[in-house]
Amino acid sequence: MPSYVDENTRVIVQGITGHQGSFHTIQMLKFGTKVVAGVTPGKKGSKFEGIPIVNSVKEAMEYEPNATMIAVPAPFVKDAAYEAIDAGIKLIYILTEKVPFHDTLDIYHQARVRGITLIGPNGPGITRPGYTKIGIMPNQIFRKGSVAVASRSGTLTYEIVDAITRNGFGESTVIGLGGDPVVGLTFVEVLKVFEEDPDTEQIVLVGEIGGSNEERAAEYIKKHVSKKVVAYIAGRSAPPGKRMGHAGAIIERGVGTAESKIKAFNDAGVKVAEYPDDIPELLRE
Amino acid sequence: MNLYEYMGKELFREYGVPTPNGYVVESQSDLKPVTHPVVVKSQILLGGRGKSGGIKFANNDEELKNYTQQLLGSQVRGYTVTKLLIEDKIEIEKEIYVSIALNRAERKPIIIASPNGGVEIESVPENKIIKVLIDPLLGYSPFIGRQITEFLELDKEKSRQFMKIVESLYRLFKAEDCELVEINPLVITKDGKIIAADSKVIINNDALYRHREINVTDPEKTPLEIEAQEKGYAFVELQGDIGVIANGAGLTMATLDALTLHRGRPRNFLDLGGTDSVDIVVNAFDLVLKAKPVAILVNIFGGVTKCDTVANGIVEAKKRFNIKQPIVVRLSGVNEEEGRGILKENGIDAFSQMMPAIEAVVKKVGEN
Repeated sequence: MPSYVDENTRVIVQGITGHQGSFHTIQMLKFGTKVVAGVTPGKKGSKFEGIPIVNSVKEAMEYEPNATMIAVPAPFVKDAAYEAIDAGIKLIYILTEKVPFHDTLDIYHQARVRGITLIGPNGPGITRPGYTKIGIMPNQIFRKGSVAVASRSGTLTYEIVDAITRNGFGESTVIGLGGDPVVGLTFVEVLKVFEEDPDTEQIVLVGEIGGSNEERAAEYIKKHVSKKVVAYIAGRSAPPGKRMGHAGAIIERGVGTAESKIKAFNDAGVKVAEYPDDIPELLRE
Repeated sequence: MNLYEYMGKELFREYGVPTPNGYVVESQSDLKPVTHPVVVKSQILLGGRGKSGGIKFANNDEELKNYTQQLLGSQVRGYTVTKLLIEDKIEIEKEIYVSIALNRAERKPIIIASPNGGVEIESVPENKIIKVLIDPLLGYSPFIGRQITEFLELDKEKSRQFMKIVESLYRLFKAEDCELVEINPLVITKDGKIIAADSKVIINNDALYRHREINVTDPEKTPLEIEAQEKGYAFVELQGDIGVIANGAGLTMATLDALTLHRGRPRNFLDLGGTDSVDIVVNAFDLVLKAKPVAILVNIFGGVTKCDTVANGIVEAKKRFNIKQPIVVRLSGVNEEEGRGILKENGIDAFSQMMPAIEAVVKKVGEN
């Protein structure tokens, strides 16, 4: 599937009657997402915004979904994801934060061996203006266009997408990888898809301190990406050894500094913006 | 969450990793008869205990009593010692190293081992370190242990002991939700036994809800950071003078970076999180004010957190805490017009973009 989702994406929401699940289901419907069923054990037979609610993912398969948004509390995420994997769902997005990373490891590898895409946990999801949105990104910041964005953040992604849109550009795909140390997608994997996506002409990567996701992306760009890539890195001023909000945003034993990531990008010919607002200018250059 | 050495060793024993015989004392009266010599180890969470005098060897009851008295209540690397681990002294033939951690890039646990134990692994040359990834679906299997014992050049009997230790360590790593389990040094004794002489265990904070029996306060956290953690905020104290309240970890980091690039000095990192509540905003001000900033910057990109809610929180906090410092606000996103309207009615100007707000707060600090 190019760019992971399209107009044929049919979404179920696991945890549709919860606080997060219900609010974002309404927002997704407004964006045009085909939400075909909700799963909340014990609530079968009721409806939410006209969407049928069932007790299990297996029952939801009657509505022919191919993607799920998991919005259940952290202790229940692994079970919810396993249920979706077992039922044969092809794309799993986990909204929930604070999922134990050992659970994410199990979910990721079980999904990987079955060719299932995992997005998140602890990210804002994926949006393709004009096609669909799975997740929690605010609807009003998007305009259909040719800039693809991949980010490890939530609100910082909105800030940058908003700046891109205000400056006359538009977005092909915006994807939030998630702020945890273990997430379903890396920049490298997303770059492969963006490079092949005919809707995408330019690529924006929004990284942050912690891990080596950006350094690996820079190596990959050198060899395999022909499209223009620009970047922003959050955490230049962060002290080492402190977790800056995201579980994954920490400089440990000298690994994961902003300087190392900026240098890697510069070496790969990727310009790095000093401020989020500078991204449109780099796209225009 | 970092565990004390004695807690890590309790887990080691539970999972079948041999440790020296020992017990924990909190006062002189806890001392029990021992066979000398013994080692007396201060239980603090920072490294370098030996060099800073936190570890002593006692050859008789008199010395044990003296060291216990000397170490309990003493300061080691700035932390007060409240517990000592008293263990049989082991006869060391060789010190090796083994740990299991998370490899983020590969999304797999990784075993790291070296024949050079007893020193920081960062100082060991790469050709003296073996790293083996574990596929979580396969788990630990003896073929993994064999690669390591071969690299460490252990004989058959020691290989058997080592492989049992690594197998136990991996079970512990997974079942106890560890970020790190490290044995440094793992000692080969003169009589051919392999024993964990130290332990470092870090439990993943997100998994603490299923390990409620353990509770250790992070010694690197300030009192204000601990208070913030209890109230559910992601909060880090910094050295500057501008209080910061923002929403989302990435945007909060970007705000600190932009301030720093403008020669402003942030006092803290505070992420409001993905909630929409006036109280959360008011309590955030309470925390930031305790850090005594000379000005406060609020930077919000509204999504789940709505701008009018934040505005109401700012107005309420200003009233309740009688805030005298300048407050600079940026509100953009969901309900931004309403939010800026509410602030205007209360005599607070709000920016719609981030950079003018950054410049404004830095200017205000310069004027003070």
